[in-house]
Amino acid sequence: MPTPAAEVRRLLVDLQVSAHSNLIGVLQEVQERFGYLPAPALVEISRRARIPLSRIWGVVTFYAQFYTEPRGRHTIRCCRGTACHVKGAARVLDAVKRELAIAEGESTPDLLFYLETVACLGTCFLAPVMMIGNTYYGLLNPQKVARILRSYRTDAR
Amino acid sequence: MRALTSVEDLERVRAELLSRPAPETAIRVCSTGCRALGALEVCDALEAEIAKRGAGEQVRVIRTGCHGLCAGAVVVLIDPQGIFYQRVSPEDAAEIVEETCLHGRIIPRLCWSADGEPAPLQRDLPFYQHQTRVVLRNCGVIDPRSLEQALARGAYSAAARALSGTSPEQVIEEVLTSGLRGRGGAGFPTGRKWQFARAAPGQPKYVICNADEGDPGAFMDRALLEGDPHLVIEGMIIGAYAIGSHQGFIYVRAEYPIAIEHTEIALAQAREAGLLGENILGAGFSFDIEVRKGAGAFVCGEETALIASIEGRRGMPRARPPFPAASGLWGKPTNINNVETWANVPRIMEQGGETYATIGSPGSKGTKIFALAGRVRNTGLVEVPMGATLRQIIFDIGGGIPRGRRFKAAQMGGPSGGCVPARYLDLPIDYDSVKEVGAIMGSGGLIVMDEATCMVDIARFFTDFVQQESCGKCAPCRIGTRRMLEILARITSGQGEAADIDRLQRLGHMIADTSLCGLGQTAPNPVLSTIHHFGDEYEAHAAARRCQAGVCQALIGYRVLEDRCTGCGLCLKACPVGAITGEEKQPHTILAAVCIKCGTCRDRCRFDAIIVE
Repeated sequence: MPTPAAEVRRLLVDLQVSAHSNLIGVLQEVQERFGYLPAPALVEISRRARIPLSRIWGVVTFYAQFYTEPRGRHTIRCCRGTACHVKGAARVLDAVKRELAIAEGESTPDLLFYLETVACLGTCFLAPVMMIGNTYYGLLNPQKVARILRSYRTDAR
Repeated sequence: MRALTSVEDLERVRAELLSRPAPETAIRVCSTGCRALGALEVCDALEAEIAKRGAGEQVRVIRTGCHGLCAGAVVVLIDPQGIFYQRVSPEDAAEIVEETCLHGRIIPRLCWSADGEPAPLQRDLPFYQHQTRVVLRNCGVIDPRSLEQALARGAYSAAARALSGTSPEQVIEEVLTSGLRGRGGAGFPTGRKWQFARAAPGQPKYVICNADEGDPGAFMDRALLEGDPHLVIEGMIIGAYAIGSHQGFIYVRAEYPIAIEHTEIALAQAREAGLLGENILGAGFSFDIEVRKGAGAFVCGEETALIASIEGRRGMPRARPPFPAASGLWGKPTNINNVETWANVPRIMEQGGETYATIGSPGSKGTKIFALAGRVRNTGLVEVPMGATLRQIIFDIGGGIPRGRRFKAAQMGGPSGGCVPARYLDLPIDYDSVKEVGAIMGSGGLIVMDEATCMVDIARFFTDFVQQESCGKCAPCRIGTRRMLEILARITSGQGEAADIDRLQRLGHMIADTSLCGLGQTAPNPVLSTIHHFGDEYEAHAAARRCQAGVCQALIGYRVLEDRCTGCGLCLKACPVGAITGEEKQPHTILAAVCIKCGTCRDRCRFDAIIVE
């Protein structure tokens, strides 16, 4: 996915990136805009914020939420928290993998979905839970998962 | 709202808000936690029904935070009567408005019930009867996006009093008297922490609210920020005043979008009303708060890692001392408390430290919020005095274990904690007693486990978790947890040997003794505590290759009991891989070669006809 350098520059000017900026906040904004962190944006942030690119790279690779490759439009977050684990989270995750034929950390070939697991979504009373984008889906079982994913597929068409 | 210029001004506005005519009936719908089950659609449907009947003057829908009884989602409370409805769907809206709101009639099918007897009033539910809701007082009552509603319930009165009539030293004295200890896990006395930060040389000073609630199984901080954000902000104002800080941060997990949204709304409202910013309420004290979103790293709940993250660095802990009180954010004196701790502060100032300290146990004062989840009927948020017993929490409030199974253990304190077995059901729970039995209070996550939970599997689960979340800075945590995980994986897959248990213990103690930060030092707790309390299960796995609970897939197989199976076909439909065959009304069979041992069929069966061997 090409990212016009001009667009990167415009965003960073909008964000008023400087040496005093909150680096993680800037990275979050850039990722919000482009869906991932394009390499030219990191170079530009480094220049404007006067932070070595190596340090920015260190930050980007440390946090689970940053990624440097484009991902599927809808991020599916399967909870692997304790309550979900006890109530069958593994089955839910397996169902997602089977339905989409992808593994954790992968996108579907049509870039509609990206799958990841998270430590806990804090909705343990609805265990097992997954999130698609910012929407929670609780009290899941393999059939429900298949139904939900298919509805996204239908909406996309 | 216009900017309030003085304490008197605040009280005038509050009096004015309280004198406003209220609608006869308020329908309080949980629109935060319950959102996952369609709470917003319920709100819309209720509002449409009210509008259809032209009853907007008499009945109003209030979109509140969490009511606590999350098992009943979507949960609705109808005031002034206090009628409690659960499992509400948009289809129920017309009936609720017509029957209950306009004609005062109860709808039994929406009521919580004990043994088929519906209990329409919230105050009659055992779930609420046995709780002491002090910190959660406004959660589920007010619209968290409304400063007016918070003010009408007393918000910012404690901060106003602290800022105008009390010296910072007196505030700290009050918190010391209250005996408040940090609700984030370690239980350090909050007043002492504040004293250190106040006494530390250097300016500016910072206060931080740790809302990086990462412990799987804990969601009280999320509920507080979502349901009553002004309470947390007020606590921070009081703390900042006591310490002498003018800048605060709320570090909140990015996984909590509603909490972030409500916190940001509340901060903007407080700023506009002159409750944050320059010269708050004309009392001469200035303070503001910024939200920082986490980026998905469990270790950032550790205070030095959290500070590194706010500074824009990799969230790795460093050795202490120096403690943040002396050298924290950007090398300046910094005080970090977690959400629930901050939320307790206004309550202390309202009633005085001495009165606050009348609730609780000798060493732990006040109330504690527990997130009750796992194999328990009434999952949800529970607030009880410190010193309540597990039996009160799990059975009186939680309603016990579903499906007639037996209670086995409660996991407390998340990945840093341990399992408390059934023989400690009557132990009064506070910081010190929990520690004595090998767990920790932690942030208050309480996962209930029954006989169908395998303790070795749970230990493996938590070790896998800390292994993935270890930041990698120190070797004991990075390498040690990986070795522990390998051993546990071996045991649960039927490749273990008797000596493995001893290896786990030796490794565990070494990791606990030599790791850099709290994450590593406590990482072996789930393993060590389960070996201590459930050593026989480890032996059964390692020596006899058996998993009594029927969880570890390599050690089990599923079978249908022919005399119990009614051939209803539920399991056949539920099986994700089509491993079940059988004619209608005839006993079914599981094809062992196809079965992936997921257990869906056993959970689905209504006749207990599927067993694990």
